[in-house]
Amino acid sequence: MKNSLTKKIVAAPYLLWAAIFIIVPLIFVVYYSLVDANGSFSLDSIRSIGKYSDIMLNSIWLGFVATIISLLIAYPLAYIMARTTKNMQRTMMMLVMLPMWMNLLIRTYSLMILLQDTGIINSLLGAIHLPGANHLQFHMINTRGAVILGMVYNYIPYMILPLYSIMAKIDYGLIEAAQDLGASKLQVLRKIILPLSLPGIASGFTMVFVPSVSTFYISKKLGGSTFSLIGDIIEMQFKSANNYNLGAALSLILMVLILICMAIMNRFTGDDDDGGVLI
Amino acid sequence: MMKKLLFTLVTLSLLFACCFAASAYENEAWYGEQNAGKVINVFNWGEYISDTYEDGMLDVNKEFEKLTGIHVNYVTFESNEDMYAKIKNGGASYDIIIPSDYMIERMAKEGLLQQFDPNELPNYHYIDRKYLNMYYDPDNSYSVPYNVGMVGLIYNTKMVDETPTSWKIMWDEKYAGKILMIDNPRDAFAIPQKILGYSFNSTDEKELADVAQMLIDQKPLLQSYVMDEVFNKMESGEAAMVPYYVGDYMIMHDVNPDLAFVYPEEGVNIFVDAMCIPKSAKNIDAAKMYINFLLDPEIALTNAWYIGYASPNTSVLESEDYEEMAQNQFLYPDEEHMPNVEYFHNLPQETLTRFSQLWNEIKLAGGTNVRVYVGFGVTAFVIVAYLSYTAVQKRRREKWYDFRSSK
Repeated sequence: MKNSLTKKIVAAPYLLWAAIFIIVPLIFVVYYSLVDANGSFSLDSIRSIGKYSDIMLNSIWLGFVATIISLLIAYPLAYIMARTTKNMQRTMMMLVMLPMWMNLLIRTYSLMILLQDTGIINSLLGAIHLPGANHLQFHMINTRGAVILGMVYNYIPYMILPLYSIMAKIDYGLIEAAQDLGASKLQVLRKIILPLSLPGIASGFTMVFVPSVSTFYISKKLGGSTFSLIGDIIEMQFKSANNYNLGAALSLILMVLILICMAIMNRFTGDDDDGGVLI
Repeated sequence: MMKKLLFTLVTLSLLFACCFAASAYENEAWYGEQNAGKVINVFNWGEYISDTYEDGMLDVNKEFEKLTGIHVNYVTFESNEDMYAKIKNGGASYDIIIPSDYMIERMAKEGLLQQFDPNELPNYHYIDRKYLNMYYDPDNSYSVPYNVGMVGLIYNTKMVDETPTSWKIMWDEKYAGKILMIDNPRDAFAIPQKILGYSFNSTDEKELADVAQMLIDQKPLLQSYVMDEVFNKMESGEAAMVPYYVGDYMIMHDVNPDLAFVYPEEGVNIFVDAMCIPKSAKNIDAAKMYINFLLDPEIALTNAWYIGYASPNTSVLESEDYEEMAQNQFLYPDEEHMPNVEYFHNLPQETLTRFSQLWNEIKLAGGTNVRVYVGFGVTAFVIVAYLSYTAVQKRRREKWYDFRSSK
């Protein structure tokens, strides 16, 4: 009895926080997406979503590609990190966290200046006179590649951190046992490390995928006018177009789509009932 | 001897007092100290106030704090529409805002602005009469002009061979990938509107559709839609041309002298940005002091230097330090150089809604990419293949267990 009361008191601050900053805003989003500008019930905003299906697919795809690239880069790094000396681990962790001490907007803006046709990279390339490169060296800015680079660059720490913390917990004895029993390196990876690190992959995937899909600043600065992402369109509804209803409807649909993607993802990392999914 | 010394001292101190008075602001006593320690929230455009002591300029907000003891909380916005959204939804309370003409008309109509009598302000008489009783505020009861400007075409002479005279150059395929477009609906629509010979304030459905179509056609040629990042892109030579405000051209030209400016012959937008007090203001007295301070000859001059727009303040034009700028034909064109100008007016709600719908469509245009569908197809295929593979494996394993346990 006393125990449960303490539990309630300890949990209260976060519950209050969640109610004010998560539940209430969500209710607002649902409310705004279901009314028109005058506040009466209407499905117009939801119905007009069809027009935006292309841009939504585009955003989800770019977010997905960025997440997969982050995973491919972060996975080996996290493994190596987890297996080095404590001192080295601290240093590497520091290096991973270091860019996050700077604001995302500043990081993205500087990336824009780096990638421009007259930017630092191209000026350097111009200065060393690469053979056959007398005109523009690399056109990087305002391409899909630049947007994906921006997403990977900004969100990769969120992939490395959960992977690292899971990998550090893997019992090295299991790996040694597998090796003793004659498993090849690939088999160790497939049958031991990968299954044990699945929870890390799942949370890393969520933490990179969700902000990538809904980003607006990165695509605006690095993507130019060539294409907008759904985040740009939502931002526009709230900032300049002053159409909260459409903005809320778009956000709602985006949330549902992300939930569906996460559900598919969970199918892979599936917890208990599905034991050896990755055999 | 003693008397002489006293005399010298008195003269010196008088002289000192005189010097001090000469360098300070007009009607200092008017500001008083009753608001010292309070805070005033100012909401202004980016790069729209002098904020440095370099090159003999003044940090306006710091000077105001020194004079009145009121702390200035200074926040910037990127467009009239952004600012409007914030005020309208009551998310924030500001004491001073500096919107443009058409937005003042709209906000006054919607009751978002505080009425006040600018004649209370001792420095109000400096405002040039031709900027008073404007269409957006016929009785001068909501606003005091801050800056006057026009939109023209900024171009890089190293990248554009010809001397542009028409907005049509922004649709020239020769410059594909080097053209920047201004990222707010009103200013972006203005350019096709003038090419097609329409008014900025047209509410005609077909005219708006024509204009939107032109912007969609232009999209493949564009490098980017920009607002404040225009400085970086034009100064570094990343882009060749952009329609932008004259004052910002003056700043960019200082950094990159290859940049040139022209008022295209079809016509351009002229605007007045004016200081207003929102209805939600908490400190109206301090707000009036701030407005009066911005009208002070010293402050108006430093702002005119720093911002580079035309000043509606007569004391600035009369100042000797400003003589060279006052001759500038882009800022203060004489009759011969005066382009065709038109003001933006507030538009009826249906037209505004139509504007944002069309702007949405422009932003969405050309977003489709076949590769995305292929990518999704491949991913879906891999997922399905993988799931069926594991299902088959699982079934096989279960069979194996059944077989073993039945044995």
